[in-house]
Amino acid sequence: MSDSNTLVEVKNLKKHFPVTRGIILQRKVGVVRAVDGISFSIQRGETLGMVGESGCGKTTAGRTMLGLYPATDGSVIIDGDDILHARGKDQLKIRRKAQIIFQDPYASLNPRWTVNSIVSEPMRVHKLFATEKERSERAKDLLGMVGLSPHLLNRFPHEFSGGQRQRIGIARALASDPLFIVCDEPISALDVSIQAQVVNLLEKLQDQLSLTYLFVAHDLSMVRHICDRVAVMYLGVIVEIAEQNELYENPLHPYTQALLSAVPVPDPRKERARKRTILVGDVPSPINPPSGCRFHPRCPVAIEKCKDIVPEWREVSPQHWVACHLVN
Amino acid sequence: MNNQTPTLSELADDLITPPLTLWQLGWLRFRRHKMALFGGVILILLFIFAFGGAFLYTEKYANFNDTSQRLLAPSAEHPFGTDSIGRDILARTIYGGQISLFIGLVSVIIETILGIIIGALAGYYGGVIDAILMRITEAMLNIPTIFLLIVMAKFFGGNVPEIEIAGRVFSGSVIVIIVIIGATSWMYLARIVRAEFLSLKENEFILAARATGTSNSQIIFYHILPNTVAPIIVSSTLSVANAILAEAYISFLGLGVMPPTATWGNMLESSAKYLDSAPWLWFFPGMLILLTVLSINFIGDGMRDALDPRSRTI
Amino acid sequence: MTSALLQVTDLQTRFHTPEGIVHAVNGISFHINEGETVAIVGESGCGKSVSMMSLLKLIPTPPGEISSGTAIYRGTDLLQKSEREMEDIRGKDIAMIFQDPMTSLNPVLTLGRQLTESMREHLGFTKEQAEERAVQMLEQVGIPDARRRINEYPHQFSGGMRQRVMIAMALSCAPSLLIADEPTTALDVTIQAQIVELVARIRESLHMAIIWITHDLGVVAGMADRVIVMYAGFIVEEADVNDLYDSPGHPYTLALLAALPRIDRRRDHHLKSIAGSPPNLLVAPHGCPFAPRCEFVIEKCRQENPPLIQIEKNHSSACWVDVKTGAPR
Repeated sequence: MSDSNTLVEVKNLKKHFPVTRGIILQRKVGVVRAVDGISFSIQRGETLGMVGESGCGKTTAGRTMLGLYPATDGSVIIDGDDILHARGKDQLKIRRKAQIIFQDPYASLNPRWTVNSIVSEPMRVHKLFATEKERSERAKDLLGMVGLSPHLLNRFPHEFSGGQRQRIGIARALASDPLFIVCDEPISALDVSIQAQVVNLLEKLQDQLSLTYLFVAHDLSMVRHICDRVAVMYLGVIVEIAEQNELYENPLHPYTQALLSAVPVPDPRKERARKRTILVGDVPSPINPPSGCRFHPRCPVAIEKCKDIVPEWREVSPQHWVACHLVN
Repeated sequence: MNNQTPTLSELADDLITPPLTLWQLGWLRFRRHKMALFGGVILILLFIFAFGGAFLYTEKYANFNDTSQRLLAPSAEHPFGTDSIGRDILARTIYGGQISLFIGLVSVIIETILGIIIGALAGYYGGVIDAILMRITEAMLNIPTIFLLIVMAKFFGGNVPEIEIAGRVFSGSVIVIIVIIGATSWMYLARIVRAEFLSLKENEFILAARATGTSNSQIIFYHILPNTVAPIIVSSTLSVANAILAEAYISFLGLGVMPPTATWGNMLESSAKYLDSAPWLWFFPGMLILLTVLSINFIGDGMRDALDPRSRTI
Repeated sequence: MTSALLQVTDLQTRFHTPEGIVHAVNGISFHINEGETVAIVGESGCGKSVSMMSLLKLIPTPPGEISSGTAIYRGTDLLQKSEREMEDIRGKDIAMIFQDPMTSLNPVLTLGRQLTESMREHLGFTKEQAEERAVQMLEQVGIPDARRRINEYPHQFSGGMRQRVMIAMALSCAPSLLIADEPTTALDVTIQAQIVELVARIRESLHMAIIWITHDLGVVAGMADRVIVMYAGFIVEEADVNDLYDSPGHPYTLALLAALPRIDRRRDHHLKSIAGSPPNLLVAPHGCPFAPRCEFVIEKCRQENPPLIQIEKNHSSACWVDVKTGAPR
C-alpha cells in the first residue's frame, strides 16, 4: 500500500486509557478504548478529514499519532520514519516534520510568553538558525504568512482575539518547516465569520508550502469543503473512508448516512424537504463497547449477524473502504 | 483565486486591548484594593523602622544593659521604656525587627524552593513519584507544626556557635531557626504547585511544546513554572507572616533565637513575667508583630485577586 | 401588529465594567406573534442572548443596566414589573432553556424534585399531580422509562437527555413563549437533529411561540418562520425565512451565508471570508457597526447608522445600500 507518494502511514494504532482506583496501589478496573486499532494512509499534499461525534476518539487518534499520548499499540510512519518508536535525536528529527494546531485558541498559547517566544520555540528546539535575531526575523516572516502584522511580535496572547490567536498557533506550527500538520478542530471554537478566514488561510498555506493535513473536525460541511478524503470514526474505530465527493454523495455505512442526514443545510426549502435518518439513543461508553459491529445498537438496519461478528474492513470500490455486513 | 496574497484588509491587525503586560494588568487591579495598598504602606514603614532605625541606635546600645535603669516606663530618654536588665526597648525592637524580618524572608525562600521542587516533580511526572512525594507531604501535614518546631528546635538548637556576618555577631540559633521554619512549612506550597502543574500540563500549549520536541526540563521551567508564579507569590507572601509568627512561638517558648540577639519573639518571652507590672515590655514587640502579619496578609489578599490568571479584565 | 404576543421596542442594555461601558444591546425593536417561531441569529457578543435575558430581567444589575425600552407582553410591560411579579411570569408564561444543560440542573436534587417544583408553585398542583404530569412530560420529550428515571440525578443522564429534561421542565407549565438560547450548540449533530425534531413536534401540539437564539444558519433554515439577524447589539435584518436565504438584504447576512461551506455542494470555490473582527463594544457605536468589514461600504455608512427600514413586504434591513444593485438607497 505504501509508496513514495505516501507521507503518513498509520497501522493498527491503539490508545487505551486505564481506569484506575486507589491511591498508592492502583488497581486497573477497566480500559477506555479511545482508539481501538485504526489504519490509514495520507498522500503527500493531501488533506484527510477525520469526522465523528464527541467521544469517538478522533482527537485522541490525532494526538496519539504524534506521540503526545503514548500509544498502546501500532505504528505511525511519517516520511519513512516511525515516530512512535524513535527515541532521542531520531525522534526530534521526525518531530520536526510533523506539527499540530489545536482547537482552543486560549489554551494553546502560553499566556506568559510573547508571540516571538511562542513562534520561535520550534526553531530553538530544533536549532534552526544560529542567533535569536535570525529566529525573530523568521518569526516576523511567519506572522506575515498567516496574515498578522510583524510589529505584533512582542505582544502577549491575551491581547489578541480568538481568530488572531489561531493564526499565531498556525505560525508556530509552520516554524519548523513541517511536511505534515494535524489540525485538531482548528475552527470549532471560532465564530462563523472568522472560521472562513482561518480555513482559507490553511488552504493557501497548503498550496504555498505543499503541506499535508489531517483535519480532525465535527463540522461535516467544513470537512467537505477542505478535505480530499474523509474517514468516519465511531467509538474508536474507522467505519468508512472514501474520497470526499464519493463519501458525501454515496455514503455506504449506515452511521455515515445518519451523520450526513443530520447536518442542517442553510437553505429553508431544501432543509424542510429533506428526509432525515434520526438515530435513537446516545453514543455508548467506550469502556465497554458493544460486541460485533459497534454501531449495531443504534443502527436502523442492523441484522442478527451485526451483534456478534465484527464486520470486515474492505474496499468496495476503488478507494472506498467500509466496515459493514450489509454493504455488498 | 488561488495563491492570493493577503491584501491589507485581510490582515487581521486590529488588537482589541491596549498593550499591557500581565504584570501591568496585575498592578492596575492591585491598586484598587485599598486594604492591600494600606498594608503595603505599613510594611514599607516597618522596613524603614527596622533598617533605617539602625542609623539612630547602634547595636551595642541595643545590647547595653544598665541595671540601674531596669523596667523604666516609656519616657523621653527611652521612648519604649527599658526591659528587666535595663536595655532600651526601642533599640531592641529595631534590631529585633531586622532579625524577625530576616527570618521571615529567608525561611520563606527555603520553603518556596522546597515547595516548588516537590510540587513540580509530583505534579508533572505523576504516578509513583507523585504518590511517594504526596504521602510524605501529608505525613508532615498531619504532625502539628508547632510540635515539629519544638522538637526540631530542641534537637538542633542548644549550643550552636555564634557567627559573624558583615562585622556583626549573631547567635547561630538564627540560622537553625530559619532552616527549621523553612523545613516545616513547605507542604501547603507543594500542594498548590502540584495542583497548578497537574492542570497546566494538560493545557494545549504544553502539548504543542511536546509535539515540537521540547524537553521535560524546558517544559517545567520555561512553560509551566512562569504560569504558577502568581499562586506561588501569593502563598509565599502569606508564609512570611506565618514564619514571623512561628519564630515568635518558639522564641516565646525559649527555644528560639538565643540572647543577646534580639527578636520580637524572644522579647515577648522575656516580658512574660511582667505582663501586669510592665506592659510596655510586651506591647511594642507584640504590636510590631501584629502590624507586620496583618499588613502582609492584606497584601497577600490583594495579590491573589490582582494576579488571578483566569481574570482577563482590568 | 396589534395581535403580537410580545412587542419589544427600543430595548437598550449596557454593562458598566471597570474598562468602561459595554454597549451590549443598542435599541432593538421586534415582535413575536402567538405560535410563531422566530430565530435570532448572530455571532458571539452580538447581543442576542443579552437581549433575551434583559426581557426576563435576568441581567445582574449592577453591572448590567436596561437603560431604555419596553417589552409589552399580553398588554403589560415586562420591564416595569417587580422581581416578585417576574418570578410568576418566568417559567409559567415565558420559559427559557439554555446552552449548557449540565449547569442548568441542580446536581444534588433528583429530576422529579426539580420538575415538580415549578408546577407546584405556579399551578398549585399537589405532589402526586405534579409527579404524574412530570412523568407525562418526560415521556413526551422521549425519555424512556420515565417513571423510574424521575428519581435519578442529573449526572445519570447524557448531554442530549439532559437537554430533553430541560425542555420538559420548560414546558411543564405550558408556557405561551419558549426562549431557547443555543440549546443544541453543545450537542453532536445526531443529537441536535433529535432535539430539533422534538421541539418542532411539541410546537405543533402546544401552539407555543418560540424564540430560538443560535449562530447556526442551518438549524434556522429548518425550523424558523421568521429570522432576525443581529450584529454588535443592533438588529441589521429581519425577514421571513425563505426571503432571508433567497435574497438577503444586508451585507452582513450576505457575507455570512457566503462564508458557510455547504454539505450539499461540491467544493468549487474558496469560502468568502469576512475581513477583520466584530467591533469592540466598549466603544460607543458611531456609524454603521458593520462598515469596517463591509464590501458595499459608502461614505455615509461611516457617518450615520442606518435605521431598520422595510425593503419588501415583511423584510427589513438596516443598510444605506441596496445589496442587489450596489446603489445607495
